[in-house]
Amino acid sequence: MKIAIASGKGGTGKTTVAVNLAALLSDRGANVVFADCDVEEPNAHVFLQTDWEKESPAHLTVPRILTDRCLGESCRKCVELCRFKALICMAGEIMVFPELCHGCGLCRMACPAEAVTDDARELGVVRRGRSGNIEMIGGLLRVGEPMATPLIKAVKKAAGDAPLQIWDCPPGTACAVIAAVSGADFVMLVAEPTAFGLHDLSLAVELVRGMGLACGVVVNRDGMGDSRVLDYLAREGVAVLGRIPGSLEAARASARGGLLIRDFPDIRAVLENVLAEVTARAGNGGLACAK
Amino acid sequence: MREIVVLSGKGGTGKTSVTAALVSCAAAGGELVVADCDVDAADLHLVLAPEILERHEFIGGDKARIDPELCQECGLCVDACRYGAVDDAFRVIGESCEGCGVCAYVCPTGAAAMFPCVSGDWFVSRTRVGTLVHAALRVGEENSGKLVSTVKKAAKERAEALGCPILLVDGSPGIGCPVIASLGGADMVLMVAEPTLSAVHDIKRVHALAAHFGIPCAAILNKADVCPDLTGELAAYCRDAGVSVLGELPYDQAFVSAQLAGKTVVEYDPERYGDVFRDIWKKLRAL
Repeated sequence: MKIAIASGKGGTGKTTVAVNLAALLSDRGANVVFADCDVEEPNAHVFLQTDWEKESPAHLTVPRILTDRCLGESCRKCVELCRFKALICMAGEIMVFPELCHGCGLCRMACPAEAVTDDARELGVVRRGRSGNIEMIGGLLRVGEPMATPLIKAVKKAAGDAPLQIWDCPPGTACAVIAAVSGADFVMLVAEPTAFGLHDLSLAVELVRGMGLACGVVVNRDGMGDSRVLDYLAREGVAVLGRIPGSLEAARASARGGLLIRDFPDIRAVLENVLAEVTARAGNGGLACAK
Repeated sequence: MREIVVLSGKGGTGKTSVTAALVSCAAAGGELVVADCDVDAADLHLVLAPEILERHEFIGGDKARIDPELCQECGLCVDACRYGAVDDAFRVIGESCEGCGVCAYVCPTGAAAMFPCVSGDWFVSRTRVGTLVHAALRVGEENSGKLVSTVKKAAKERAEALGCPILLVDGSPGIGCPVIASLGGADMVLMVAEPTLSAVHDIKRVHALAAHFGIPCAAILNKADVCPDLTGELAAYCRDAGVSVLGELPYDQAFVSAQLAGKTVVEYDPERYGDVFRDIWKKLRAL
């Protein structure tokens, strides 16, 4: 079973829920693979005290022009076809702006002179390591690199087909989130009971439903706001998987990178129940081995 | 005019609440324009209750479509597409399509073709505190960076026309495409940091990104009393990096209550927060 943990709004507690669920499963003896798909701002390793063992750069294939073969001004085919404005023709020479390239390969395909060859732009790194019995895979976007999506895909590829996976996803509802949640057996949305929380949650629910994925919601910091999120979920028929009570003590422990299931039995009980709810909704899958 | 972008790296540190509070101080000083560049989870409008004056469709780019009548199921597009955006039944998977046009290029029958795709809307609105330029990316769409640039450009034009000294921009979490787009032409980054290990980790990456583009940073330390030692760590980091700390804010239920009431925290509790944010605004203007 692959569980994606997403939220719409940032800072609702995605990573907190993800790392605590992973630790809970690991406590039960399950072999958990944790994929940190928030490659822009990955944080799970802070809580799981990961020892990163291996790091490999991830690249996007971008074009390089072989000037001795290029037909230049008289052709311009690549410049005209590129929809990302990553190629321009200046003073009769084709120039590449690799940071604008999406790596589609059209320029290479279309070049009549075989003057386009592959180059690589570093997106960041994919790293592997362990947190106790949890196998960790994570991405770290290079500072200045705009495209998170291909790196997220590389992280998920590295996670492979392991039977029990937890994916910590980025905030928002745009392409990075789609890349992160797609292929999940279940999407767990973490929401906070505030005005911003409700607005962004409703966008996330729309996204996940549009993708045809099963989902449920964990309400975090329950009691901190009002009932608008619960009312919305009841109206929309979206399952409430659990409600984590708001607590300044828990917030402090989390701020310091602590795992809540260790010191807060009430929160541990909520998360135990969340796992049972997910199992009931999405089937046993890899969770079976956790029994 | 100076363009100040509010960022945090980590989500939920209080970017939007801080932006809203600053806006309600700034508004007292004359014309104001604010841009919400968190286009895929925009929240500023929930507090500023905009009256929409202009609505524009945003065409982020083209997307492919395959006409089943013309398609001979040769599979060339499936093999050529690097995004896996054509499924086994030769249909384009909209959310995977990057709009590159490779399928249309390789298609021998003209079945695959590109069509402009409306991927969001952007608005110019009147609010009680001034002009708000904002947007809504349609759920699951891409090109949020391009929409951010569109919003910023429109906001800048209006701010310049009104003679505003500052354009305040509420940014997205992260450090990727929409954040980089929001930094185009920016004069300063205002980082909103909270004392958690995650946020400390993340703010350093935002700071590195701003440095990468040569943009100076200032900071506000939010929820400072939750973990005073980590607040100290943030303050020390800012000091060493030459980042001015403009103010510290407490963890206070008033921020949530204000949001639920559709108010800025300055409007919600002017006695407690009016002077605090006016002081931050004054420091920001003086930088």
